[in-house]
Amino acid sequence: MTVTAAPEAPPVLEIADLTRHYPHAQGTVRAADGVSLTVRRGEVLGLVGESGSGKSTVGRCAVRLDTPTSGTVRINGTDITRLSARRLRPLRKDFHLVFQDPSSSLDPRMTVGDLIAEPLRLHRLAAGAELDARVSRLLQQVGLRLDFADRRPHELSGGQRQRVSIARALSVDPDLLIADEPTSALDVSVQAAVLNLLADLQRDRGFGCLFITHDLAAVEFLANRIAVMYLGQIVELADTADLFADPRHPYTQALLSAAPLPDPAAQRGRERIVLSGDLPSPAAPPPGCRFNTRCPVAVDRCRTEVPPLRTLPGTTRQVSCHLAADS
Amino acid sequence: MTPTPSGGPEPVLTVDGLTVSFRSRYGSVQAVDGISYELAPGEVLAVVGESGCGKSVTSMAVLGLLPPTAHTTGSIRFADGRGGTRELLGADERTLGSVRGKEIAMIFQEPMTSLNPVLTVGRQIAEVLRRHQGLNRAQARARAVELLGLVGIPAPDRRVDEYPHQLSGGMRQRVMIAIAVACDPRVLIADEPTTALDVTVQAGILDVLRNLREQLGTAIVLITHDLGVVADIADRVLVMYAGRAVEQGTVQEVFAEPRHPYTRGLLDAVLRPGTRPEGGRLREIPGVVPRLTDSPDVCTFAPRCDRADERCTALRPALDTAAHAAACWHPLAGAAAPAPSEATR
Repeated sequence: MTVTAAPEAPPVLEIADLTRHYPHAQGTVRAADGVSLTVRRGEVLGLVGESGSGKSTVGRCAVRLDTPTSGTVRINGTDITRLSARRLRPLRKDFHLVFQDPSSSLDPRMTVGDLIAEPLRLHRLAAGAELDARVSRLLQQVGLRLDFADRRPHELSGGQRQRVSIARALSVDPDLLIADEPTSALDVSVQAAVLNLLADLQRDRGFGCLFITHDLAAVEFLANRIAVMYLGQIVELADTADLFADPRHPYTQALLSAAPLPDPAAQRGRERIVLSGDLPSPAAPPPGCRFNTRCPVAVDRCRTEVPPLRTLPGTTRQVSCHLAADS
Repeated sequence: MTPTPSGGPEPVLTVDGLTVSFRSRYGSVQAVDGISYELAPGEVLAVVGESGCGKSVTSMAVLGLLPPTAHTTGSIRFADGRGGTRELLGADERTLGSVRGKEIAMIFQEPMTSLNPVLTVGRQIAEVLRRHQGLNRAQARARAVELLGLVGIPAPDRRVDEYPHQLSGGMRQRVMIAIAVACDPRVLIADEPTTALDVTVQAGILDVLRNLREQLGTAIVLITHDLGVVADIADRVLVMYAGRAVEQGTVQEVFAEPRHPYTRGLLDAVLRPGTRPEGGRLREIPGVVPRLTDSPDVCTFAPRCDRADERCTALRPALDTAAHAAACWHPLAGAAAPAPSEATR
């Protein structure tokens, strides 16, 4: 949704120079390596990448399901990077996570009503009749009938379960929603409905959202800005329309050209950039530009010199490529 | 009802009025309800539908891989191209064994669960060759290297001695394809072959499938929910809904002028990279797919359809006899396609 997020809106999430390294038999896995990004109130930032790019690691660190190796995570200005569990708990109502697979993230023994009420209870935000009223309102907002409150997750379809996850995440009215592949497990028609719902809720409530996905079309639909990750680093960050109209990083270009269009004539007639080789191991990223081993236009410099993530003059676009022109 | 235009070459696979129902503790489930199609040699037929529509069960029936709780009727005939035709539905294990893996091969969504983790990929390819083609160890190994090259694996003479865990997801799927085409099958059934893969890897796998069809003349049944993949590679499309065929035609016909409201709905709901949906909202199909316990004499899409009337809830529409066939009482007639998505790059 192109809800113009005012650039001066206060940031709800600020990630600065985040790294997350995991020890591994073959050396250190650099799942995230120097990631910086900001999500402002009322804005959806899409975080796009293929498997192994580190996008979910960034999401998990942002909500402290994982602790960064270095760097900082601030939510509403508060540094939560090293807060103790006890000090973090009251802040948890400010941010919430929606996972890809709602059948494994919802307790099968709880009713839908209890699942949605649980965060409100834990944060002591409502009780008694007030609690019931809020659960009813949430069910309505995510498009579920009120009698669903008495059902259990296994009685629902995948799309309905994802609606419950969303209701649960939004029950405490968070400032930040982190959605990690929320529609990837859903069928096309259901996916459309869930994306519409997320867009509506985001517009009505104005929370900031970090939308993590591999699905370019979904992120184009929902996000104001998009950050593209490759092998633990952001390679390009731009406004959604700009990124799709004119991708600057060769990896972004390849990614956009690989997503098949649901239109036989257009799909068969287009030029495609086919990447050679596999994603290198994040335990041994190539020297120089990390994309150089698969880049169709790499030159010698790319194999030795690390391209910094720089802002192109006169724009807000950031790109890390030696060959990207300034204009 | 055989909706494919006849007069072409003899179909390599003919599915005729296939029904599959499962009996369970909770009653019976009608998974496939009267599916018919013909697959021509070298053709790519996409079977499209959402989860639970019966598209995978249909292919499991072709390979005789249904569990004993399944009850089937209809016919599945395989033509070997040498004048012989074999009925596969209800065939004994010997007949199935002579066809499965040799004449009709299959690849699945998740290559890691179908490859043996403790054997080198070369051994796993050679196993098929030694069983079905009687090659000796050295011949089988040489052929395995050749096959790995065919599916686009770099340095095949080195990769042949590696284990599945040493390969990436895309490379594993290429190995699965190499195993599947080892005996030069006439038919390859690919069940969501790229669903677990990244888009940049998916493009490579689709290229491999395209090459197989062109170089070996393999006919492919591609089972998928991804309309982008269908648009990329399919010749013809069979759209399934709740166990029934609702539309069948060439890929151009089905995408440009869908006749069934369900197909229209799917095409409207799908996201198109590089194009913004009208009014900033995606079109939804209201309601959910029904779970059928029997074969009701109605249109099962009617509760979700804005064109439905009394006839749709009283009588089951048959797939009509047009080359571009639809099973609908009120088919869309040359409905204007949505603004063609621009190739923005």
